[in-house]
Amino acid sequence: MKYLMLVCVDPDLTPGAAEGAPDVEDWVSEMDGKGIRLMGDRVRPGSDATTVRVRNREVLLTDGPYAETKDLIAGFDVLECADLDEAVEVASRHPMAWGGVIELRPFWVED
Amino acid sequence: MITGESANELIAGIYADGWSRIVATMIRFTGGDWDLAEECAQDAFAQALRTWPQDGVPRQPLAWLTTAARNRAVDRMRRASAEAAKIRQWAALEPQQPAPYTSDSEIPDERLELMFTCCHPALNLDAQVALTLRSLAGMSTAEIARAFLVPERTMGQRIFRAKQKIAHAVIPLRVPPAHLLPDRLPGVLHVLYLLYNEGYGDQQHKTQLSREAIRLARVLAALMPDEPEAHGMLALMLLHDARRPSRVDAGGELVTLGEQDRSAWDPDQIAEGSAILERALRRRRAGPFQIQAAIAACHATAPSAQQTDWPQIVALYEQLAQVAPSAIVELNRAVAVSMAQGPEAALPLVDAIAESGRLDGYYLLHATRADLLRRCGRTDEADACLHTALTLAPTEAERRLLSRRLAES
Repeated sequence: MKYLMLVCVDPDLTPGAAEGAPDVEDWVSEMDGKGIRLMGDRVRPGSDATTVRVRNREVLLTDGPYAETKDLIAGFDVLECADLDEAVEVASRHPMAWGGVIELRPFWVED
Repeated sequence: MITGESANELIAGIYADGWSRIVATMIRFTGGDWDLAEECAQDAFAQALRTWPQDGVPRQPLAWLTTAARNRAVDRMRRASAEAAKIRQWAALEPQQPAPYTSDSEIPDERLELMFTCCHPALNLDAQVALTLRSLAGMSTAEIARAFLVPERTMGQRIFRAKQKIAHAVIPLRVPPAHLLPDRLPGVLHVLYLLYNEGYGDQQHKTQLSREAIRLARVLAALMPDEPEAHGMLALMLLHDARRPSRVDAGGELVTLGEQDRSAWDPDQIAEGSAILERALRRRRAGPFQIQAAIAACHATAPSAQQTDWPQIVALYEQLAQVAPSAIVELNRAVAVSMAQGPEAALPLVDAIAESGRLDGYYLLHATRADLLRRCGRTDEADACLHTALTLAPTEAERRLLSRRLAES
């Protein structure tokens, strides 16, 4: 089962809360080695984002992220896991689960 | 050979005991398809009802039912599923008996273990509880909806969404390791408490649900000695249960707390419940179950309704409203206020709840309002409220109680 792992910052987090978090390089090499992490990367903040809409067949661009969210998404990974429990285990060992928030979204599988 | 009526009775007994096991086996067998698992379990019992009274009860009834459910599932999947590969996989397995439920967990009771398995924290608390009551306790969607005070349709959708998430996010049905049990405790506590309540109504045939809930609560409290809420819940059940004999009179009519014969209350159970509660409270982590148990203890140890420590009960409801706010808690607090300070002080509280519309469909809101209005001398308004309550009361016994009140006014 594939899961999109959205890696987000938590603007409300108190400094020091992520103390003792694991190292991201260790996480990446372990999950790559196990064939769990299929791909992933950091992304530039919302100030570098462009939003695209087509309305009345016209392409409309907006400078900035979709909706008035703060800079939430910092990166993403695609995981291949047996089930949600394994995906939760993997996500909970990512440093940004300690210093931010991680959202797991299962891929849409056609029935 | 057992046939006829006694076969039917036996099936009812197996249903109470074996439903959760068969459903759990079927959930695993179908690869996590909860709907199919339940339908096939239901079909198996229906088949037993059709055949056992004539053909006799098989030597291993539970195994027979499980096999029947499994065959039904294979049939259904063959017909319905387009996933040919999956069918081949199942067809290849073709076991004569499904694998028995095995685990190496520390939970010493199979049913409790299944409850912990179902209460997955990736589902919200209500969804965990509803799904577990539906799948493991065999409660109907209508019964669960009543317990949550929501329309049946709403509850049906909630259960449907939870099953969808389980399927889409691939939430596994697996016994959690010991260190994850505390995460799942709130769900399991609510399941047990609602199971207890379901058996606490006026329907005699359901009392075994309460007994089973108390038994499981004891196992749970022993399993988790450091969780005061588990002990608080056991205390709450025991304190309620001590009053059970006096809740219904010889004629089968409901008797309100104020009118109950307190000499019929079980003093040993009250003493046991109070002692368990006291030990739990010493940990100084009072949660909703401990607070509710403290309220129940106030009632259980009072010599009469008049001599009850109502100001203390008001204070406890205020504490409860802080940790677990709900309209029901506000309603109960209003009742306590009416006893401590008089109906005039309580009526505005109940009116506020009524105006918010949050408990519109709950007959006790209207019955309580009627009681306060009558005590304030506003009998016409009180009667109107009683009529509303009458149309909403869920059981015959409750309707009779309200009718008697109407006749008395």
